[in-house]
Amino acid sequence: MRLTCPHCGERDAREFTYLGSAKLLDRPAGDTGAEAFHEYLHIRENPAGPNAELWQHVMGCSAWLHVVRDTRTHVVESVSLASGVAR
Amino acid sequence: MSRLPSDGLIDREKIIRFSFDGKSYPAHPGDTLASALLANDVRLMGRSFKYHRPRGALTAGSEEPNALMEVGRGAHRVPNTRATVQEVFNGLEARSQNRWPSLRYDALSVNDLLAPFLGAGFYYKTFMWPKTFWEKLYEPIIRRAAGLGRLSGEADPAIYDRAFAHCDILVIGGGPAGLMAALTAGEAGARVILADEDFHLGGRLLSERDSVDDMRGADWAAEAAARLGGMPNVRIMRRTTVTGAYDTGTFGALERVADHISGPPDGCARQTFWRITARRAILAGGAIERPIAFPANDRPGIMMAGAVRSYLNRFGVAPAKQMAVFTNNDDGWRTAHDLVDAGVEVPALIDTRADVTVPQGPWRGIAGGTVIATRGRLGLNGITVRTPSGEARFRVGGLAVSGGWNPGVHLTCHLNGRPKWQSGIAAFVPAEGAVPGLSPTGAANGIFSTHGALVFGRSSADAALKTLGFSTSNITLPDAEDAPYRITPFWFVDAPGRAWLDFQNDVTVKDVKLAHQENFRSVEHMKRYTTLGMATDQGKTSNIGGLAILADLAGQTIAETGTTTFRPPYSPVQIGAFGARAEGKGFAPERFTASHAHAQELNATFVEAGLWHRAAWFAQGGETNWRESCDREVAMVRSTVGIADVSTLGKIDVQGPDAAAFLDHVYSNMISNLRPGRVRYGLMLREDGFVMDDGTAARLSETHFVITTTTAAAGQVMSHLEFCAQCLWPELDVALVSVTEQWGQFAIAGPLSRDLLSEMIAENISDTELPYMAHMPVTVAGIPGRLFRISFSGERAYELALPSGYGDALSRALVERAEAMGGGAYGMEALNVLRIEKGLLTHAELHGRTTADDLGLARMVSPRKDCIGKVMSQRPGLHGPERTQLVGLQPVDLAAELTAGAHLVNPGEPATRAHHQGYITSACYSPTLGHRIALGFAKNGRARLGEEIRAVDFMRQKGETLCRIVPIPFVDPEGGKLRG
Amino acid sequence: MRYSAWQILKNGLTGQKGWKPVWRSPAPRPEYDVIIIGGGGHGLATAYYLAKNHGITNVAVLEKGYLGGGNVGRNTTIVRANYHIDGNTEFYSHALKLWEGMEQDFNYNAMMSQRGVINLAHSDGQMDFYARRGNAIRMQGDDAELLGREEVRAAYPYLDHDNARFPIYGGLLQRRGGTARHDAVAWGYARGADLRGVDLIQNCEVTGFQIDNGRVKGVETTRGTIRAGKIGMAVAGRSSQVGQMAGLRLPIESHVLQAFVTEGLKPILPGVVTFGMGHFYISQSDKGGLVFGGDLDFYNSYAARGNLPMLEHVCEAGMALMPMIGKARMLRSWGGIMDMSMDGSPIIDKTPVDGLFFNGGWCYGGFKATPASGWCFAHLIATGTPSPHATKLLMNRFETGHVLDEEGTGAQPNRH
Repeated sequence: MRLTCPHCGERDAREFTYLGSAKLLDRPAGDTGAEAFHEYLHIRENPAGPNAELWQHVMGCSAWLHVVRDTRTHVVESVSLASGVAR
Repeated sequence: MSRLPSDGLIDREKIIRFSFDGKSYPAHPGDTLASALLANDVRLMGRSFKYHRPRGALTAGSEEPNALMEVGRGAHRVPNTRATVQEVFNGLEARSQNRWPSLRYDALSVNDLLAPFLGAGFYYKTFMWPKTFWEKLYEPIIRRAAGLGRLSGEADPAIYDRAFAHCDILVIGGGPAGLMAALTAGEAGARVILADEDFHLGGRLLSERDSVDDMRGADWAAEAAARLGGMPNVRIMRRTTVTGAYDTGTFGALERVADHISGPPDGCARQTFWRITARRAILAGGAIERPIAFPANDRPGIMMAGAVRSYLNRFGVAPAKQMAVFTNNDDGWRTAHDLVDAGVEVPALIDTRADVTVPQGPWRGIAGGTVIATRGRLGLNGITVRTPSGEARFRVGGLAVSGGWNPGVHLTCHLNGRPKWQSGIAAFVPAEGAVPGLSPTGAANGIFSTHGALVFGRSSADAALKTLGFSTSNITLPDAEDAPYRITPFWFVDAPGRAWLDFQNDVTVKDVKLAHQENFRSVEHMKRYTTLGMATDQGKTSNIGGLAILADLAGQTIAETGTTTFRPPYSPVQIGAFGARAEGKGFAPERFTASHAHAQELNATFVEAGLWHRAAWFAQGGETNWRESCDREVAMVRSTVGIADVSTLGKIDVQGPDAAAFLDHVYSNMISNLRPGRVRYGLMLREDGFVMDDGTAARLSETHFVITTTTAAAGQVMSHLEFCAQCLWPELDVALVSVTEQWGQFAIAGPLSRDLLSEMIAENISDTELPYMAHMPVTVAGIPGRLFRISFSGERAYELALPSGYGDALSRALVERAEAMGGGAYGMEALNVLRIEKGLLTHAELHGRTTADDLGLARMVSPRKDCIGKVMSQRPGLHGPERTQLVGLQPVDLAAELTAGAHLVNPGEPATRAHHQGYITSACYSPTLGHRIALGFAKNGRARLGEEIRAVDFMRQKGETLCRIVPIPFVDPEGGKLRG
Repeated sequence: MRYSAWQILKNGLTGQKGWKPVWRSPAPRPEYDVIIIGGGGHGLATAYYLAKNHGITNVAVLEKGYLGGGNVGRNTTIVRANYHIDGNTEFYSHALKLWEGMEQDFNYNAMMSQRGVINLAHSDGQMDFYARRGNAIRMQGDDAELLGREEVRAAYPYLDHDNARFPIYGGLLQRRGGTARHDAVAWGYARGADLRGVDLIQNCEVTGFQIDNGRVKGVETTRGTIRAGKIGMAVAGRSSQVGQMAGLRLPIESHVLQAFVTEGLKPILPGVVTFGMGHFYISQSDKGGLVFGGDLDFYNSYAARGNLPMLEHVCEAGMALMPMIGKARMLRSWGGIMDMSMDGSPIIDKTPVDGLFFNGGWCYGGFKATPASGWCFAHLIATGTPSPHATKLLMNRFETGHVLDEEGTGAQPNRH
């Protein structure tokens, strides 16, 4: 599998590490309580299809990436910098 | 001798010698082990897996199920080597396998007589009583009988390599389609890799007599190869099997670099595993001929028809003096012609099709005939044929069989593609788009004529060139045969006796019928129950026959029945190649601290700490075990001064206007109110509320911090902080960089530590200038560095950091001064004792399941701010009475043992899970106190100080010790020594 | 029909004519007392124990493909009970006890072979942790021994004891651990359930739930509507997909775990060996193939196949640990879809929908759990209360914080 890092270009997936759902970008505010954090931290849509997820180019530029990838085929649909994802 | 007088791609001028089962034979360069054995009239090459039936070569390629051998000697011995692929070289030693005492007389061939009782899945129905007999009796017998070749049991002495390659177009297979595709793409200027598993390019052209452009096919292939060899943009990889298709245009390929020569040169890899990244790929791997199942169709001498032509035309070998041909398609006919041309007598050409006109020739042509019996104990000597008019017997030493051709769809299944049934050729062809960017062509796509292969090879390349933006070439197409492929599917002969489908695993038509009878009717059930297709060839010659019979029994079409899945690798790959260079020290990088050489000179014993090698203790004269050294080093630190390299701790430089605000998010305690020049102990939680790591944060300026992590968690913490900075709080202006490698950092610990440093450092480091938990920039011999007043020992201590290039010199300077003061270097063991005595934490306690509260650090979760993990740390499960709390433990009888990993149980209660009270995480002998001490977690521990509890250890102590729960730290609880 | 050596003999002499279908292929009936969704190891075991332990035989097992086609048919076949956290310890302990009597119980030889499982340690810290784990196992009543360096050398001479990057300090051995023939486990439970009257319905995919006022009434399937008052899901790997149809929101991700087998070889590895540095575990099957595996590929996947980096890493670990396997050829690699829960431990619990029960989140523990999973799930479905062996495998533990984080890696599924 290969990913195209916006900084570094197309690289083998072995340069990257995977964290999980891009939902982790949407951390609740500290005063929203345990239920919101449970939803944030534990509950996953886990789609069989396009999945928005977070990877880090840890053996490259260290950028965290927002990747949309199909979990049935591993086909990568888009890669962008996680820091630039509008929230 | 069965060697023909002329022809073939062998070097008849040279004679080389090899041995099989201890007997020496001649061969020519260009021979495979199988062709050389056949040339020497050796037909018996192996035994089958289950019934130990005598077997010879069925094929002339990598799909071979029968002729598997052990090649090489001693630790160099490779089991299960396909004789049909292995090139012969001078001195090659091969032995038959899975037989005892010899290939001709194999004791376990008794299994063949017991076959009525050993049908599919018989072992699931018996061997159950008495229960204990399975491990003791039944299984050892089964295991000894099973298996094929032997591993030597010795470390593999061969060298393997792994490499990456990139190209525009990867062409898989160098037959007519592949050569044409490579020529087309090469001429257009694309970067091309042409990989072929064989040692000559040409594919079937090497084995057929058809001409291409008025040349013999093999000569045309050689010329094409030469043309390609002259193109700098084309890389030809011979002896290279593309083993797997993976995501995003990645392919695995095994190159057998030196398996064909005797003893590769020093340092040369035997095999290289390639990871090829291709923008487009063309699958031109050809097709595989399939057998027909008929009674006793497994005797040596019965071969695939295409293989017979390979032996005749490519290797100049006649597999037998008389051979019959049994076919269901026109392609089988040419075998009869080739045999006759080579001087082999062909008594019969048997075609299953009743409605064809069998070509005329010096043979009896039988349309609508089937082979219903064969004879010959260790090799074929006769067949019986059912003809439309009766039965006929023929004396033959060989039988060429063709059940048609299966396109090599394997790679197109690796990304879960399901091949499609094409009834015109009665075979599965690749599903379109099964592997993105890969187009099957030629025979791999069901196009069986040479002309078709050339046409489609070119057009596939043109299509790939177009999508890549190359201008297509106008390369001319050579002339070649375009014979139609006509076939009427015929799978098995209905006649008494066992008819083999999977030759190696001994799966017969009866087994498939039994599976059906027992309702194992899904293809996967049939495969798993009968083991059809699970042998070393992964069903390349057997799967379709099994499916066809299953379909027949179910009254379905083969398309409805479906297939099992082909998975990588295409043909088996040695683990040594996939894991090249990982043996011994090659498994993981080694990290050495700057003082490593100095520590070696000081007689250090090293220990692995993650990837690092750290000094564990420094044995001095007379010390014979680590405890003596460790006790001395601990006492030294407590009384004078000790030096330890602590550079392995993670160090992260945090800068920016929002650095302080950022650190407040990631540490549970407040960092933003730390004054420049000061250091604070910091605790990090995971978002789930459990403790992730601890360390120190030093504030260098309003906008600049250096924080430390534990050695083990350095990478994880760095990645986590980057996540927080980039993903959670991108609006904060903060930058992070790991500086672990940039600084050589040493602990100077002990009552004399300041005295030692004062001699080296120009700056005033008095306790007013540099109190406990402060730091300052310093200059050591003109080199700027940093000095931190922090302690992991409970003593007055400092950590001095210089750029790591000076680490070695700094280590020497520090230790020399320490020794002059009665101190010296100390290692990890002493460091660990010192910290246990002081009740400080490592990953033995921060093991990922402990909370700040468990550790007695609840006050470090600031109530004044949010931080990572704060909300979830408040869940009831992180506070309940079932949790355990960090305590100190010491034996009631001070001479008694205490071991890490022991569990805590109350006096008078049984040592069972229900009465579990906690466990010991760290234990040591404390030279300071003169007895053993431990850190551990106990239920409600902080409220039980002074109580007695048992430490039970079934593992090492094999006993128990009565302990007392005591407060921590064990030494200097007021911290007076720390502050000086 | 009872299987025995006598039957083998008799049928061998009579042309195998007497063997009956190992299970029926019934058409689904419109209503059952209990429906189990998922005809894998856990679903079949659940049906078996519903019938055997609770006398509930009006049961249908609905399988979208073929019986035993999920992870029970694509794992590395290891059986062990060496967990150290309350909740897991007692559950896997019960599983191991059931494994030991399973074949005689369901009259099918699943080739359960107690050849021993050793986890190798490569540092003092790891030895301390294994001591702790071993003691936990012993306090549960199961067997564990901590072998020292020399004991491991004597028992496992083919490991790299002298040149290894990470020297072997010792290992935690469980002699009662071992391997079993994975397919046969599924088939044995299937046959046992079928004999007791359970309908095993293949090629029957659940496409929806009938839920009325928060109570489950039945399922929609590709073979029509089937009603039942109690429905159990045992569809690990697809839990999120099936759960979604019932409105369940689960703490689960699907990941791919690869496994590998070599060509057949004469016996050379007697037991199961697990490398403590880098994920790698290996055993040799009765057929002679070396069966081995490693870590997840790390990314979410439903593709049931992996990529080269993890394959290579696993082989690297193999070469580092036992360089004698360099000349063994890998024959086949495959991938299974792992139901990775947020703490690495499974869930057997009720759901917010009345009458709908959940079994999933098995991570890597699914195969060895099979008998206990079926036993405890059947208990829960039959009685409405958790089995005493599975009181902590609850869905709400993520909210309450009573997580079962065996590895201590937190709520990140791919790190368990």
